[in-house]
Order: sequence, then structure tokens, then C-alpha cells
Amino acid sequence: MSGHDSKYFSTTKKGEIPELKEELNSQYKDKRKDAVKKVIAAMTVGKDVSSLFTDVVNCMQTENLELKKLVYLYLINYAKSQPDLAILAVNTFVKDSQDPNPLIRALAVRTMGCIRVDKITEYLCDPLQRCLKDDDPYVRKTAAICVAKLYDINAELVEDRGFLEALKDLISDNNPMVVANAVAALAEIQDSSVRPIFEITSHTLSKLLTALNECTEWGQVFILDSLSRYKAADAREAENIVERVTPRLQHANCAVVLSAVKIILLQMELITSTDVVRNLCKKMAPPLVTLLSAEPEIQYVALRNINLIVQKRPTILAHEIKVFFCKYNDPIYVKMEKLEIMIKLASDRNIDQVLLEFKEYATEVDVDFVRKAVRAIGRCAIKLERAAERCISVLLELIKIKVNYVVQEAIIVIKDIFRRYPNTYESIIATLCESLDTLDEPEAKASMIWIIGEYAERIDNADELLESFLETFPEEPALVQLQLLTATVKLFLKKPTEGPQQMIQAVLNNATVETDNPDLRDRAYIYWRLLSTDPEAAKDVVLAEKPVISDDSNQLDSSLLDELLANISTLSSVYHKPPESFVSRVKAAPRADDEEFADTAEGGYSESPSQGVDGASPSSSVGTSSNVPVKQPGAGSPPAPAAMPDLLGDLMGMDNAIVPVDEAAAPSSPPLPVLLPSTTGQGLQISAQLTRRDGQIYYDISFENGTQGVLDGFMIQFNKNTFGLAAGEALKVPPLQPGATTRTLLQMVPFQNIAPGAPNSILQVAVKNNQQPVWYFNDKIPLHVFFGEDGKMERASFLEGWKSLPDDHEFTKEFPGSVISSIDATVERLAAANVFFIAKRKNANMDVLYLSAKMPRGIPFLIEITAAVGVPGVKCAVKTANKEMVPLFFEAMEALTK
Amino acid sequence: MPVAASAIYFLNLRGDVLINRLYRDDVGGNMVDAFRMHIMQTKELGTCPVRQIGGCSFLYMRISNVYIVIVVSSNANVACAFKFVVEAVALFKSYFGGAFDEDAIRNNFVLIYELLDEIMDFGYPQNLSPEILKLYITQEGVRSPFSSKASDKPVPNATLQVTGAVGWRREGLMYKKNEVFLDIVESVNLLMSSKGSVLRCDVTGKILMKCFLSGMPDLKLGLNDKIGLEKEAQLKSRPTKSGKTIELDDVTFHQCVNLTRFNSEKTVSFVPPDGEFELMKYRITEGVNLPFRVLPTIKELGRTRMEINVKVKSVFGAKMFALGVVVKVPVPKQTAKTSFQTTSGKAKYNASIDSLVWKIRKFPGQTEATMSAEVELISTMGEKKSWNRPPIQMEFQVPMFTASGLRVRFLKVWEKSGYNTVEWVRYITRAGSYEIRC
Repeated sequence: MSGHDSKYFSTTKKGEIPELKEELNSQYKDKRKDAVKKVIAAMTVGKDVSSLFTDVVNCMQTENLELKKLVYLYLINYAKSQPDLAILAVNTFVKDSQDPNPLIRALAVRTMGCIRVDKITEYLCDPLQRCLKDDDPYVRKTAAICVAKLYDINAELVEDRGFLEALKDLISDNNPMVVANAVAALAEIQDSSVRPIFEITSHTLSKLLTALNECTEWGQVFILDSLSRYKAADAREAENIVERVTPRLQHANCAVVLSAVKIILLQMELITSTDVVRNLCKKMAPPLVTLLSAEPEIQYVALRNINLIVQKRPTILAHEIKVFFCKYNDPIYVKMEKLEIMIKLASDRNIDQVLLEFKEYATEVDVDFVRKAVRAIGRCAIKLERAAERCISVLLELIKIKVNYVVQEAIIVIKDIFRRYPNTYESIIATLCESLDTLDEPEAKASMIWIIGEYAERIDNADELLESFLETFPEEPALVQLQLLTATVKLFLKKPTEGPQQMIQAVLNNATVETDNPDLRDRAYIYWRLLSTDPEAAKDVVLAEKPVISDDSNQLDSSLLDELLANISTLSSVYHKPPESFVSRVKAAPRADDEEFADTAEGGYSESPSQGVDGASPSSSVGTSSNVPVKQPGAGSPPAPAAMPDLLGDLMGMDNAIVPVDEAAAPSSPPLPVLLPSTTGQGLQISAQLTRRDGQIYYDISFENGTQGVLDGFMIQFNKNTFGLAAGEALKVPPLQPGATTRTLLQMVPFQNIAPGAPNSILQVAVKNNQQPVWYFNDKIPLHVFFGEDGKMERASFLEGWKSLPDDHEFTKEFPGSVISSIDATVERLAAANVFFIAKRKNANMDVLYLSAKMPRGIPFLIEITAAVGVPGVKCAVKTANKEMVPLFFEAMEALTK
Repeated sequence: MPVAASAIYFLNLRGDVLINRLYRDDVGGNMVDAFRMHIMQTKELGTCPVRQIGGCSFLYMRISNVYIVIVVSSNANVACAFKFVVEAVALFKSYFGGAFDEDAIRNNFVLIYELLDEIMDFGYPQNLSPEILKLYITQEGVRSPFSSKASDKPVPNATLQVTGAVGWRREGLMYKKNEVFLDIVESVNLLMSSKGSVLRCDVTGKILMKCFLSGMPDLKLGLNDKIGLEKEAQLKSRPTKSGKTIELDDVTFHQCVNLTRFNSEKTVSFVPPDGEFELMKYRITEGVNLPFRVLPTIKELGRTRMEINVKVKSVFGAKMFALGVVVKVPVPKQTAKTSFQTTSGKAKYNASIDSLVWKIRKFPGQTEATMSAEVELISTMGEKKSWNRPPIQMEFQVPMFTASGLRVRFLKVWEKSGYNTVEWVRYITRAGSYEIRC
């Protein structure tokens, strides 16, 4: 039978809140209960019903358990936003914690622990003290967890009130569930403290092992996980522990099984008897295999863990490779992990079977999976020398199917096989060359080119093959260009005939003069110099014997592997990363002098948005942020140096004709950088810079006529650039008398002629006049001219944005040359450049500023600047989805903080 | 850290929050937006069930039309988290009477809130046994069958039972007739190569139990497994009885089974929960009796015609029969026309799964059936990629047959009042993933 709660979601359109308010205050019980349900329904769909706080709390004193639970649920959600009103609930909580019904006592303590309001926390202590000693185990088990909750809010209070001791006493409780929860709470508290709080002695060990037999499946997980930290004194004790834990392998709960496996693996390290170890390995295999018949998500977790286990102890599953064969309907993430384990378990004994499987997978539908299967064949070839030939023949069969991506992937792995077994399988090159023209992926192309270069002397038409690639050299991705360069050099050194000689000329020219890629250019110059100074030396360098590559399928190093194995069944073992690399929470070490730092570090990020708006506590970072006035751009405040050009712009805009251009270049405005010195410009000197005024980008340009005659008919043009900047109007420069200077603002429009490729800050400018040839010069685009006036972010959205971006979107750079002499001045200067201040905090003697900026059509930059006032060296971190712009961004920030 | 969750969200397929519960303060209330933005609205959905976004990790499962998302920010126990979700869904199903979907959640949100509060505290799973929870968490319409006397007051000693050593059984149960039903349900998984060699084959079986027993009975189950029999013989110091024995690769048990005792004495002894539950699961890879042999021949005649011939042989006892036999033979997407001939059952072409579906309602043992089909294809010119032949899949169930050969030898019931019990045993074998490559 099912309920009919969905009716509570249907709402009357107008005046919902007042209506609910009325119903909550109804004199009829049933109506009140229905009203609370409606409130909870509204809360569930995300409506803000916090304004009903008092009315809901009034319903709290009720005999009806269901209604009480709903009110408590409401309190958990909204108490934080109404801390002063939440205090109203305290009396009822305290009363409930003494109710004759144990369910209500437990409910009160459980809920109070979830309300993170300081004032409530104070009142929690007495009820908690009572409940920890309650007669009813249900209340005690709830109180045990509540201690952990309280420790999270106020660790000092927990220690002062002696709750830790009370919790330790509960380990000896006669009820297994109380023991399990006490263990969980202590383990958690220990996790967030550096002091030893919960140390398992041999005495507690035996108590826990006994409780293990009696408590619920989840309790077993808590106990096993905390036991996994215990270091046995000797092999005998280790054997004893393992013996007590082994029966858990038969549990139906996968978490119990994995936690048991974790302990057994850890204790096995100490066990010296090979018989015992062999026996344990035998016992662990079946339960691990059984995990693969669970839900796919659990299979995935199991497979990631098995991946670690087979790296440590390959014997456990050495004979079970068949269970990792993929089923046709397995989800892709399960297939991928199975494949990985199959590679690890592949041996000379089972390779034939494994290859048949891989070949089968290579004809499936999912492209990623197919590629991985092809790669797997290559990895097996590299791993198993005796099977290499069979692997290659499978790869050749696959190439013959002529499915484009299979061929490309096969060529990539064959390159690796050549590097592993040099001078062994070159006979197949001819087959590979047949598919040459189907290659369109950079990595496959690069691999093929490498093969041609490496074996140029054995391929009759190597020069023709390379030449066919050379035609498109300028369009190729960098990866291919680099390989082409090297391969051509190899070819030339091996066959110094006329054809290759011409090719090398063309390639070197292409790779030096015609390219922007510094890597390519540098490599080309090195080859060029080597070839021109000492061709023999070039041979020694380029054709040197390369080290043989090895198998990478056991890629984790042993210390990391051990750390991950100690974390079996946790996220760490799924990510294959140590916990500290993804858990941001730092241990709240009770170091007295750093306490403030820890506080504010929290405040920087994890504070809830609602508190941020309040800005109530003056000691927090929020408070300080309100002390710093944020300058609005264009407000025209005189002391800001960047505000001067604003005035200037206004003047020019108002009265362009009257004010002589050269006068506009007021002495106070900073001189523009010289881009075309008069020596190059036959007397004409051009200085220019991009600036932003009133939301527009201008090219601030000045001309100085050092020639003997009048210059007129000035025109300007911009080459394609990353931002597509182009002139938005004609250049207005009056005829320039000898010795005269003129300065003008040219409006620019972005996104006109966008240059493809990786972003760079180069702006190529051409200027001509009627008297002289066309002058070309390069300017740099400072990224901050694009920062919009709308770049100011709310604190909350900043926090949210920062959290939602993955860590690989965070970039950091040091500006050793920058000094912040005053926070306020820096903030003001940055605000003038539309980099807006959001908050700041102190971290030891360093100041940390949070700022935001926004590009048009782009995604915001979330900025963190760390510096000590007056000390050179500024650290700038940025998080943005717009990764490509990051180098340019740092350039701009460095300029702004100088 | 055994924490399993900081927050749990139930979302519908569009990403609307149906219900959620924050258990810990270390994740923001808006983290579900990140899930929507970075997983649901991208192609990432379905590529990996554990994902890290920002400082948080998201573990998610889809069950019918609901996504259940767990958010954590610490190094949580993932296995525990997923198992918790699975168990919680089972619990909800048992409360709602079977269905778990978007509507069921909306219709029972008050109850779900209440259960979520009870089954997890501060991210640590607590007691999830439906049996016990139904003692004191009841709703209008969802009343436990035991408290039909409609007392709104919770059972006085409920709390003791939640935390008790036998946390899965109530005290003081009374039945007029004491009965136990045992169902041995096996799934055969097979992967056979096109040449007829078995690539992998195993049986996963489970023993489902339905108990209507009074008091606190102690049960002991005996199977014909080799190790158990040997141990028994050794304990009673008499030779092993002849007869077929089987070797179980692995067994896992419901939490009511005394594992320490199983480990030392190899006996399955337990105090069962009341009503229906899964007593044990097992896996067997050696000596599996495959109920069906499939012999496909597929000929591609030119680019536009295919001839398919599938012969299915039943190799179980002649007195038994299989029910609901379905053979799915994949054909290329560009199939235009099909024609069939079958010796029994009906076949048709199902374009939505690109397969020929051959159904035989009743298939007696020791017989064979064939289907021959002709398939005409639309000729496609530029189709470079050859057709990757997916495997033939088969569905069936064979009552009173176990692919593993497992038999229940005895089920003993001891209760201090010494009543008599009636035991019923059924066997059934189903197809798990029964695939034949062609």
C-alpha cells in the first residue's frame, strides 16, 4: 500500500505563506499536522519557508511522534538561518530528552546534535551527559554518535565535559550496537585530531573482536575499519586477528567483506609463515569474485580495489582471470576496469584466451572500449615477451578489418612494441604503411611517422612516405610536427641523398621561420646547428640507441600502493589517490597559536552563504571585508591614478574638435610605451597601449613626427589575433607637422578577426601614411582590458563557483617582482581594472584577497591573491573554466600588481 | 573512516530534487547543482558512478526513474555508501509495497524523511532491517502486518530490539501453523564462443526463505556440499555417504547466520527473521549442468541476404520442462525483411532491439527445436564498418532443476516449546546472462 503525500505538494497559488501560517496556528490538531506536512513539502521542493519558523516551532510540543519528527526536521534545516529563534526550541528539547519514551529521548539528542547553533550547543551538554548513561541502549547508541557531532562543532567543549572518557567507557558496553557506534564516533574524533585520543590496545582489541560477532552489519564495518589501524605486535597476534576476522569474508554485505579483506591484507605483512599466507590468499579469492555479482556500482568499487590487490598480491586471483571477462551488457565503467585487471593478470599461461577476448572486444560498438581493448593487446605484448608475436598477429588481424579507429589505435601500440623489442618485428612495417592515408588522429600519425623515421634505412620509399606528410606540415598539430621534424632528420642522417636533403631544408625552414611554437622552433634550431657544425655528432645524438621501455601496467609505486591498500573500500582506493590529495578538510590541530588561522581558513570557503550575508561576527573574514570600501569603476575619485584617463576620455568625447590633440596628452597621463622607435620608423615614433574606458576598449596611440616633412593620411590595421580585436572606427590623425606629436584614442571592437590556435597576447599592428612605407610592429594585449564592469560577484556565488570547479582548473603563479604596499591601494587599483574585491582574510602574516573578474562571452575568473604587505613576492591563484586564458591572465595580473 | 554519506539526494531524471537529507555539515546544500551541471547535463552520466567535483565526491545509482546521489567530502567508505543505498531502497520498497519510483517517493515523503532520520545518523548507517523498523515507524496506510491491532503507540521494547543481539527478529511471535518455505533460485551465466567452447560459466544461486515460526527458533540447514558433508562425517566419525556432492566456490550469508560457527563447523545455523529474506548466496563454477545447448549458424550471402539457423537442445531430465524460453538473435540495423520457420514456438523480428526474437512457452527436456530465418538487408553503399555481431542471448526458467546440482538435505528447527514444523522446498533455475557468440 502506498501513501498519498503528494497532495501536500499541490499549492494554492496566492498567499501560500500566510495561508500556511494560519493553518499552523489552527486549533485543530489534524489541521496543524497537515500544515506542517505542507511546510515540509515546500521545503523539499526548495521553497524558502524560514519565515514560518516561530509558527512551526510552536507545534513542537506535541504528543504525536510523527508531528514532532517533522518539526525537528524543519529545525535542522532552518535553525542556522534563525539562530535567535532556534533558542525557543531548547526547552522542548531538554524536556524531550527526559521523556519516558526512549525513542523520544534519543530523537531529542539526535536532533539537537544536528543543529549547529552555538547557543543550542551549550544546552546540549547536560542532556547528552544523561543520555550517555541512559538505561536504554537505543538512547546510548544515539548519544555516542552525538558526541562526534558535538566534537565537530566544539571540540574543546567535548574535552572539557569529559565526553571522550564517557565514550571510551561505552566500548565496554554490553550492547554491541552501542559499542559499534562508540567506535565509529571515536574513530571520527581521532581522525580530526592529531592528539592520540582513541588508541586500540590489546585489551580493547579483544573486546572489539568479540563485539564483531554480535553487532549489525554496519557495526561490523565500523569496528573492522577502526581495527585496520591497529598494528599487531608480532606474527602470532597478527595470525590471531586474521583468524577472528576471516569468517567476515562470508558476509552478504560487500562493505563488511572489503573491510575484512583490508585487515587481512594489512596483517599478512607481519605473518611469516608462508603456509598461512598461501592459505589466506586462497580464502580471499572467492569472496572477491563474488563481489562481481553485485550491483554494477558495487562491482566498480570492487574492481578498483581488486586492481590494487592484484598489484600487491598477484597470486590471489591468478587463476580467476575468467571472471573478469566482460559481459556484453556490463556498463562501460565496469568493462574498462575489468580490462585493466585482465592485463594485470595476463600471463604466459592464459594469454591465448585473453587475446581471444581482447579481439572480441575490439569489434564491439563503444569506441572508447574498443580503443582500450586494442591498447590492452599492446600492453600484453610489452609485458609478456614470449607472447609478443601472438599479440602482434592479433593486431595485424585487427588492422585488416580496416575500422578507422582500430587501425589508428593499433599503430600507436605497435610503435610501443617496437620500442620494447627493437629490431625484431620490422617485417610488419609494410602492412602498416598500407593504412597510411587513413590516419587522421595526431597520436596515430605521430606514431607512424616515428616508425618511418626510426626504420628509414629499411623502408625503401621512406622519403616518399615522409614527403606526403610534409605537404601539410604547417597545418599539423604540434605533436605531428615534432615527429615529422625528427623523422626527417633521421632520414637525412641515414640516407644523405638529394631527396632528403631538400626535405630537410624545407622542414627546417617550416619549423623555424614559419612557426610560433617555441618547442618546435628550439628543436629545429638544435638540429640545424648540429647538422651544420658536426653531422657525425648529429648522428650520435639523433640515432643513439634508445632505452627499452618497460611495462607500465603495474604503475603504482609500492609506498603509494601500501597507503591505498590501507584505505581499501574508501574513496581513496577508488580514485587511486592518497586521501589527503582530495580531502580538503585539514586536521583541526589544537595548536593554540594557530587557532585563529584555522578559523578563518574555514571562513574563507566552507562558511554557508547565509552567514556570509549576515556578516555578523566581526572577527571573521566577512567582517573585515565590509571595512574595505570597494571602489566602483568610473566613480572618478581623484586619488586613484587610473581615474585620470577617465576624465580625459570624457573631455575628448565631449569636445573632440576644440581640444587640440596634442594638448590632450596631458603631462600627468602616464607615457605610452614606445612600439616603433624613430630609428626604425625613419623618424616616425609610435607609442601605443590598449586601455579600457567606460566599458569600451580603446587603442591609446601617439605619433611623433621626427622627419623633415609633414606626414598625413595615417591609416591603421590590426592582424588577426586571439581576441579578434579590430579598429571600430577610422584613425583620426591630423596632418603632422615636423616635430609635432599627436595622441588619440581609437575605439576597438573585439571578436572580429579571431586568429585560431592557442591564445596568445600578440597584437600585430600595421600603420601607414602617405609619405612612408607601411610600418609593422607588435604590441601585447593586456588581458585586463577585456574585464567587464559586470565582473563583480556576490560572495555566495563566488564560493559556489569556487567549489563547483574541479581542482584541475586551479592554477597558481608567483610574481616575484610584485609588491603590495597597501591592501587598500591594491584593491582600488585592481577595481579600476575591473578586478573586483570580494573578501579577504589573514593567514599568519600573509593577507589573502579574493577577487573576481569576467571576460565578455567568457567565464569568470575566481582569483585568490596571497601576499605579505611590503614584502616582494605575490602569489596569485585562479580558478576558471577558461583554462586557455590562464597564462594571459597571469601576465595581466602581474602587470596590475606591479 | 566508515562514514558513508554527508548528504543524500533523490533526483528525478530531469534533476529535480524529490527529497534530500543533509547528515553532515561538510558539504553545502547546493552541491547537488554541481552534480546536475557536471554530470547530468553532460555525457558523463553513466561513465563512472564515483566522481569528484570541486571538493566533493558524488556517488550515484539509478533505480527506476530516480537518481540516488550521495555526496561526501571526506575519504568515505564507498562500498558502505553504495550498499546503504541498495539496502535503503529495499527498505522503502518493503514499506511501499514493491514499487520504488518518483511517484512512490512523492507519495511517501513524510515517511521517507522519518526513515532517513532513523537509518543513518551523522553519516553512519544504523539498523536498516524492515522487520524491526516497522515496529515503531508506521504510517497511515503503511502499517506493519503485525500491528494490525492498530495501536498507534510504539511497541514498548522496540528500542531493545533495534539494538539487540538478534536485531532482525521480534520476540513473542506466535503462529498456529509453523511453516518454512525454501526457494533455491539459481541463475546460470554462460559465455560460449562461436565454436561451441565454454569461455566462462558459473551459477549464482540464492536461497530465499519465508518463515512463519513462533518464538525464537534455532535453525540448521544442511546442503549436499562437499566441505559441509566431509566436516559432518569427520565430526561424527563415519564415512561420507555416497551420492552427488557439489563444491561451492563461495557462500555469503544473511547477517542472521553465525559466521564463526560456519567457519569452524561448516554448518549453517541461524535464528531467522520473520517473513521473507535471503538466507544465503553461493557461486559455483565447477560441474555446472547447462540446461540448454545452442548451435547457431549464420551465413551472410552477399551484402543483402543472411541465413540464420539456430538449434536449441534441452539437456535436462526428460520429465522436466522449461518455461518462457526466449532466444534473441541479433541482426544488423539495416534489416528490411525477415521470414521464419520454427519447429516449435513463434519467432518475429523486433526492430527496436535489432533482433529476431524466438519464443517457446514450454520446452520439454531432452528435446530440440530449430528456427531457420532468412533476413534481407537494405544494401548500404558507404557502410565501411562491418557488422559487429553481438552475442545471441537466451532467457528461460526451469522449475525443479538446479544447474549446480545443489540439494537441501535437511532443515532442522529447534524451539524450546518443541513444536512441529512443516518445510517446503522448491528449486528453479533461470538464465542469468546466457550468451552465445556467433
